[in-house]
Amino acid sequence: MPIQKNRLKPNEYDANFQDIHPPFETKDAALVEANRCLYCYDAPCTKSCPTGIDVPKFIRQITTGNIKGSAHTILASNIMGAGCSRVCPVEKLCEGACVYNLMEEDPIPIAKLQRYSTEMALEKNWKLFDRKPAVGKKVAVIGAGPAGLSCAHRLSREGVDVTIFEKEQLGGGLMTYGIAAYKVTPGFCKDEVDYILSIGGINVKYGVALGRDVQLDELKKEFDAVYLAFGVGLARRLDIPGEELEGVVDAISFIYDIRDKGFDKVPVGDKVAVIGMGMTAIDAATQARRLGAAEVTILYRRTKDEMPCTQKELDIAMLDGCKVIWLAAPKEVIGRDGKVISLVADVMILGEPDASGRRAPVATGDTFSLDVDMVIKAAGQMPFVDLVKNAGLDEQGGKVRVKDQAITNISNVFAGGDCVNGGKEVVDAVQAGKDGAMQILRFLGMPIE
Amino acid sequence: MPSLQSNFLGIQSPNPFWLASAPPTDKKINVLRAFEAGWGGVVWKTLGSQVKNVSSRYSALYNANKRLLGFNNIELISDRPLDINLREIEECIKLFPDRAMIVSLMADNNRESWYELIKKVEDTGAHGFELNFGCPHGMTERGMGAAVGQDPEIARMVVEWVMEKATIPVITKLTPNVHSVVPTGQAVVEAGTHGLSLINTIQSITGVDLDTFVPNPYVAGKSVYGGYCGPAVKPIALKMLTSIAQNPVTNKVPISGIGGVSTWKDAVEFMLLGASNVQVCTAAMNHGFRIVEDMIEGMTNWMEEKGFEKLEDFIGKSVSTITHWEDLDINFHHIARINQDKCIHCGLCYIACEDTSHQSINIVKGDPYNTYTIKEEECVGCNLCQIVCPVNDCITMVEHRVAPEYLNWIEFQRRGLPLNDH
Repeated sequence: MPIQKNRLKPNEYDANFQDIHPPFETKDAALVEANRCLYCYDAPCTKSCPTGIDVPKFIRQITTGNIKGSAHTILASNIMGAGCSRVCPVEKLCEGACVYNLMEEDPIPIAKLQRYSTEMALEKNWKLFDRKPAVGKKVAVIGAGPAGLSCAHRLSREGVDVTIFEKEQLGGGLMTYGIAAYKVTPGFCKDEVDYILSIGGINVKYGVALGRDVQLDELKKEFDAVYLAFGVGLARRLDIPGEELEGVVDAISFIYDIRDKGFDKVPVGDKVAVIGMGMTAIDAATQARRLGAAEVTILYRRTKDEMPCTQKELDIAMLDGCKVIWLAAPKEVIGRDGKVISLVADVMILGEPDASGRRAPVATGDTFSLDVDMVIKAAGQMPFVDLVKNAGLDEQGGKVRVKDQAITNISNVFAGGDCVNGGKEVVDAVQAGKDGAMQILRFLGMPIE
Repeated sequence: MPSLQSNFLGIQSPNPFWLASAPPTDKKINVLRAFEAGWGGVVWKTLGSQVKNVSSRYSALYNANKRLLGFNNIELISDRPLDINLREIEECIKLFPDRAMIVSLMADNNRESWYELIKKVEDTGAHGFELNFGCPHGMTERGMGAAVGQDPEIARMVVEWVMEKATIPVITKLTPNVHSVVPTGQAVVEAGTHGLSLINTIQSITGVDLDTFVPNPYVAGKSVYGGYCGPAVKPIALKMLTSIAQNPVTNKVPISGIGGVSTWKDAVEFMLLGASNVQVCTAAMNHGFRIVEDMIEGMTNWMEEKGFEKLEDFIGKSVSTITHWEDLDINFHHIARINQDKCIHCGLCYIACEDTSHQSINIVKGDPYNTYTIKEEECVGCNLCQIVCPVNDCITMVEHRVAPEYLNWIEFQRRGLPLNDH
């Protein structure tokens, strides 16, 4: 059976894509866990959060019944705290650092507690932040993803008027378009974006892309400052024969389509190979299975010790029945009548450490072949090299170069998030947006440190 | 195997665990269930002139996990007809002849009422009386309960009336709603009571409802001070018990210990501080009568471990260790030690010491785990870090005597030794 859409019945899609980390069902359930929290001083969880959420404080506020205060504590550090509670790889961040791990006990379910408070804030539309009176300064933000929204919200709180230019029709960036549907729903993403924008002072122009519809030179003149947060683009090319065959797809497009078009509208193969072992690879592999693929095999050119995804993410894929072949790199996609029929891969071995410090995979000369009708590319994402170069920005491999977290080589232009770091977690982008806002405020002569 | 057989004023019971006079001992059905569960005895809920109770009656203080810490009630003495109570007491005694049946009494404030009540209860075959001089709510407004126990002379008078008539052992229950339980204790011992029991409940308000603005328990927009009990009152009860166990007048009679006894450990502590047996109420109301099983097994195992064969081997064993502050040994000193293998780096010891004690814990910042060590020269040995540490045996207090010999404050002053200079 070749690539096709609509493999499952509606109820099967619903079952396969239900919330993978369901929320607490009752207040009591949340309290039991919240009360386990030891309220650590200079807490390891907080230090392990890229946005530095005061975790012990927000959990204590749940125990005292001050949920509004709890939500404020979270969102003051991370305005996308609701979304992060669903998508953060907490096992390597806050929960991974929880001191209970050192007692061989389950860590506090920080993400689940964070979801408890923040979802209540969204649901009840609590107004937790006031926008100061307008100061007559205008800032343009490119991209309504986590970095852009975070920066815009922080600036608006200080009375800056913000215009966001977003190339898609919805805000949220990869939160909305690039994450498995069983983690966040489109409805949730929209609610979160609306909640962030409800502070006022932020005007979002959708369907407007930098370099296509607006130019940096114009924006620089029209606005007091510009913040670039346009993220990264499609998955890295494999650069192997057969890459253009029908059935070779990009993981970002694949995940995007699931979110954008609906489960039954996205074609999936019978036997699928996924290239890569990052979070996106896992999201693509598991969702291919959940869309009805009979076999999904993930190929990674290194070993488990080097994999970028967390063990918890890998477990999700394994529990979904995905297979993993370690030390395998794609060599050629074989087609018939223009369609994928198999994937030839090199057997790799680990050699000397490379620039990343990890041992570099080297082809052994042995190969093997997998019968597949679909290949999903998820070996990292490519920066928007042309966009960056054409704008005259200092760059490194297409990533915008900045100093002091956000300052580019162009005087009133700042940047942050994936377009600077090449693609990290949502929570990293939110912090980048805060850092960007701080630098912009300083540039505007209104520092808030 | 050690024996838990208890002899209190000649009243025998298979173990020292009695149920206190309270709702659990209000009627036959409860008392039979208690005896079936294994309780050694009961103090039947206070009899007197029949009263009427209100709704609601109880409220509580919880820890963060909604586990009961303290409990209060505004229930009065038995609201059932006296003749039914008397008949049921008799029936319970017949069904469980090996258990102790004490009846709590609170007659109207005249000799004739007490005489009449004593006669009627003795006819049931009950083994002893407990005089309720402690109930802190409702009955006090009628000049009874704590109103008697708070005035040593009134208490003395009532006990004298009782002793004129009673032919079975008399225990007088003391109220904690006084500056000291000793004056009333002395008065009633001098008046002839055979034994004492303490404490009764403590006047309290457990909390205020933040929506209705009315304290708990709620009765049609109002509340009253309730009698506080449960684990939260145990430290107060132990102190009052000890003051009775040390007083040369009151320590001549056996004491039944009451106040937050929930486990065998609590019971052992009360008995070490001078109680011959204990009475339990709140813990049973919280968990049911089945808790007595572990109380029996736990105390037996502990006695076996310590080499005690009978209760008398340890009753009162700790009384003499409570001394006067000025007799404490100033040369005793101990210093906290943090076991780095057990430390989970929560920082609770550090912030407690830094903010509220003696800045005696050193912090070395780490990512994400800080390292905490004791500044031994600064540590005053207060125990705070050990108290707040969530890990068992992670922080220990290690003895570092200042000097080998015993030195108390009086002697310290006499020698003109130096005080702290910072």
